[in-house]
Amino acid sequence: METGVVILIGLFFTVAVYLMLSQQLVRMLLGIAILGNAVNMLIFTNGRLIREVPPLIPEHLYSPDVATANPLPQALVLTAIVISFSFFAFLLVLAFRAYQELGTDGVNEMRLAEPEDDQTPPQGY
Amino acid sequence: MAGSSVSVDLTQAMATAPVAAGDWLVVAPALITMLGGSLCLMLRKNTDLQPKVGIGFLGLLVLANLALLIRVLDHGVITMVMGSWLPPFGIAFTVDTLGAMLSLIGSVVAFCAGVFGAATIDSTGRRYGFYPFLLLLMTGVCGAFLTGDIFNLYVWFEVLLISSYGLLVLGNDRIQLDGAVKYGVLNLVGTNLFLIGTGMLYGIFGTLNMADLAQKVAALEDPASGTLATVAALYFLAFAMKAAAFPVNFWLPASYHTPNVVVSAVFAGLLTKVGVYALIRVFVLILPASRGYLSDVISLVAVATLLTGAFGALAQTEIRRLLGYLVIAGIGSMLAGIAVGSTLAISGAIFYAVHSIIVMTALYMAAGVMEMMGGSYDLRKLGGLYQKSAAFAAVFLVLAFAVSGLPPFSGFWPKVMLVDAAFSDGRSWLGAAILVSGFLTTLAMGRIWIFAFWRGGPEGTPDGQTAPVTAGTALSEAQLSGSAVWLPLGILTALVIYFGLQPEWMLELSTQGASGLVEPLGYLRSVFGVQG
Repeated sequence: METGVVILIGLFFTVAVYLMLSQQLVRMLLGIAILGNAVNMLIFTNGRLIREVPPLIPEHLYSPDVATANPLPQALVLTAIVISFSFFAFLLVLAFRAYQELGTDGVNEMRLAEPEDDQTPPQGY
Repeated sequence: MAGSSVSVDLTQAMATAPVAAGDWLVVAPALITMLGGSLCLMLRKNTDLQPKVGIGFLGLLVLANLALLIRVLDHGVITMVMGSWLPPFGIAFTVDTLGAMLSLIGSVVAFCAGVFGAATIDSTGRRYGFYPFLLLLMTGVCGAFLTGDIFNLYVWFEVLLISSYGLLVLGNDRIQLDGAVKYGVLNLVGTNLFLIGTGMLYGIFGTLNMADLAQKVAALEDPASGTLATVAALYFLAFAMKAAAFPVNFWLPASYHTPNVVVSAVFAGLLTKVGVYALIRVFVLILPASRGYLSDVISLVAVATLLTGAFGALAQTEIRRLLGYLVIAGIGSMLAGIAVGSTLAISGAIFYAVHSIIVMTALYMAAGVMEMMGGSYDLRKLGGLYQKSAAFAAVFLVLAFAVSGLPPFSGFWPKVMLVDAAFSDGRSWLGAAILVSGFLTTLAMGRIWIFAFWRGGPEGTPDGQTAPVTAGTALSEAQLSGSAVWLPLGILTALVIYFGLQPEWMLELSTQGASGLVEPLGYLRSVFGVQG
């Protein structure tokens, strides 16, 4: 099962990188959203995939006697989902505001902070 | 479970002894800033009270960090585990000299920025939440410096990143939106790379505790090969992106000149240095073999960063953009220390980080003062500032010397250490790059001095004549007459002079911090000794 998931993760990364190489901000944001999901799946798979087994510890033992799913990667993924979700929401609003104010979503056309006709400093006086 | 007859020995998994009262200081920086941030958020509409509360909490943060550093120096590395779960299971806060020192310097800078912000942030900016964002930014910065868990480090990175987004777009100018898009997207990609590396590290070792990781990596037969090489490369790229190293530095000069000048000052002082700190922590403590493996790559990146920063600074006419490139050049020096990797080189990098935090913040503040006096950030429009205030000209000259690495100011000593370490490691070209970059920085700073201070007026003023000094607006006159501008600039300049004239204290601290990473016995004992 891990092999299949790993191939899927690779596919996600491919799509994410392809979209992020675009010059359109909207596509880049879609790429970032997919990148976040790829990373989450990667962490999840790194915790090893195990079919559903109830994580119950028998009364006389300190640890479960059969292999159960690792809860830690799930906690990590949950944290990462919340964080990447909120960042994505912020970036969406930011991109929309930038589109409203700058009139473009092409990153090459956003030259307000670094103008193309940037002048060099004076050479003397 | 209820009615269970099996008694569970909790001491195997949990710390049962109560935490020593002084050790609560470990979490105090994060708590103080979170509390202060929420309080300022509640006082959002009371724009007169907000600065007082915010600055008060930042002052408290400085005191807490000072107490923490003193305790670390007295007692050695301190560890506190969340929920009393023993490491490596519980999230650990492990404070060593390096973390405590950077946290202290960072909070001093934040305090100065809080005071400076009282003058430059108007009531709209305060209502939009300058102080809450600043305090929460410090939560992230201090948390990153103090944590002993690598996933937790990621979380603190995100805390400081989201607060920095808030600060960056504060005011909602068009130019800020432009800068924030580039800053936001690239930094988010950077943290995602960090997360990939962390996920893979967990997949290999099954632990996230830094001390546990360091032990397990050291126990490997060939600790630089296989998947670990991938992890190391990912970490290097991610943190280099955070630190704005060449060739992933382009977000910095695109965004750092867009927000209010005090926000730029905090960013220039703290954010990139957190990236450098993470590089030092990960590559010296956890993955020392991979650092050796990558050291040629890191050297090349360091040289390219040093030269990009210096040449970039030479080509700018906007002072804040010029300073942005100088931040990058400084990052190159610290990377050079990491590339060499001896105790001397790492302590040089740490000392340089402290110097850079202070001097870059002070320089951005000085740029703000220049704008208040001359009405522009443009070297072509500024002029006659020496006549306007000779004292400020002296302050600027001190900072210019310091950032160029000239004696007797704080930039000199770390550069001596770094160049010495590079030469004794046989990397003379690395040492040469540091010196060349310092020389070019001197030229760039000299240019500001000549045009903004010596020239009598704006471009075109003949030599020896004085054009009528640009009359400042009523607002900038009011800002300049208050102490809120001069006090923080004075504190930071005094620190620059003090570390230049009396470097022993800082030398000792950074050497202690570096040797604690190179030979992490104290660190490991602190984390795993909790059981005892």
